[in-house]
Amino acid sequence: MIFDRLAAALRANQPVALVTRIDGSRAGAKLLVFDEELWGDLGTPGLNIAAAGEARALLAVGETAMRTFGEDGEPVGVEVRLFIAAYAPKPSMYVFGAIDFSRAVARIGKYLGYGVTVIDARPVFATKARIPDADEVVVAWPDEWLERAPVDSRTALIILTHDVKFDIPLLQVALRTNAGYIGAMGSRRTHANRIEELKRVGVSDADLARISAPIGLDIGARTPEETAISIAAEIIALREQRGGGRLSEGSLPVHNARTPVNAP
Amino acid sequence: MKDVLETLERWRGEGLPIAVATVVGVEQSAPRDPGAMMAVNARGDVAGSVSGGCVESAVYDEAQDAIATGRPRLVTYGISDEDAISVGLTCGGTIHVFVERLDW
Repeated sequence: MIFDRLAAALRANQPVALVTRIDGSRAGAKLLVFDEELWGDLGTPGLNIAAAGEARALLAVGETAMRTFGEDGEPVGVEVRLFIAAYAPKPSMYVFGAIDFSRAVARIGKYLGYGVTVIDARPVFATKARIPDADEVVVAWPDEWLERAPVDSRTALIILTHDVKFDIPLLQVALRTNAGYIGAMGSRRTHANRIEELKRVGVSDADLARISAPIGLDIGARTPEETAISIAAEIIALREQRGGGRLSEGSLPVHNARTPVNAP
Repeated sequence: MKDVLETLERWRGEGLPIAVATVVGVEQSAPRDPGAMMAVNARGDVAGSVSGGCVESAVYDEAQDAIATGRPRLVTYGISDEDAISVGLTCGGTIHVFVERLDW
């Protein structure tokens, strides 16, 4: 059955899209689209092929959308409306430094639907017992680990080490990726020192501007939990290109018009 | 779908007839994005949501009807601010919801 295959793919965090015909006499017809395989039937072979192509394109950007086609999949047609639910794999959150704040950040990352990895060079601190919500806790040098880790535009890099000896090499590697969020914990003074160091090693102003530091939105967070919320809110606000102020004091629509989604 | 997956599997395991309602389109400002899903079974249990709680009771009725008849349908809630408030869509947006029996 389609549902069982879909459920198995979702459990395995495997990319899959479910296409549904939403009107006409064949409303409800389904096509399940994997990287290589198709299951189900929308009505005609041409429509299945066209829908599969569109579904794979949407999977690549993690977007769910409605599309219209002709009866046999003609791209200019309007007879058939298809709803394409794309289930892209979870985006990744990499948290560098296994401190109290990491535990709270890992927890909220998980809550938002990220696959969370915590990385710290110190085996005593980098344990699953200290950070139970992380999917993975890795003992490694942060910069070396990030060099080999998969990063895309949905990835959030959260640097909580606030120790120049880790931060500078790690930020250099981070800025070479296309990660959607690069945040670094530390006071304004700490960050001023980091900027000086990074400039010395040749990092451009444009790259420096990609670093969110001091990390988080300005909500007066004090505890690790509050700080985690401030960081999470900043990740969302940056993705949606919002300033992060109070809605009651603004005039923009509450939700942005849908654009390709980077959301989990 | 991911948030109701476990529930759907459990209901299927119990052999309960199920309908699912999926947000397939939104216009203007809407509380849930396309793909948001609410599931209903023949016993009357509900999981998930398609709005911020605004139109769930109307969708529930459609879902029970879909379970009974097997007939899928596309329903629209909202349109104007006044209409939105009358069905409870206080955000003022419009949402299109596809309701179908889960027999696939």
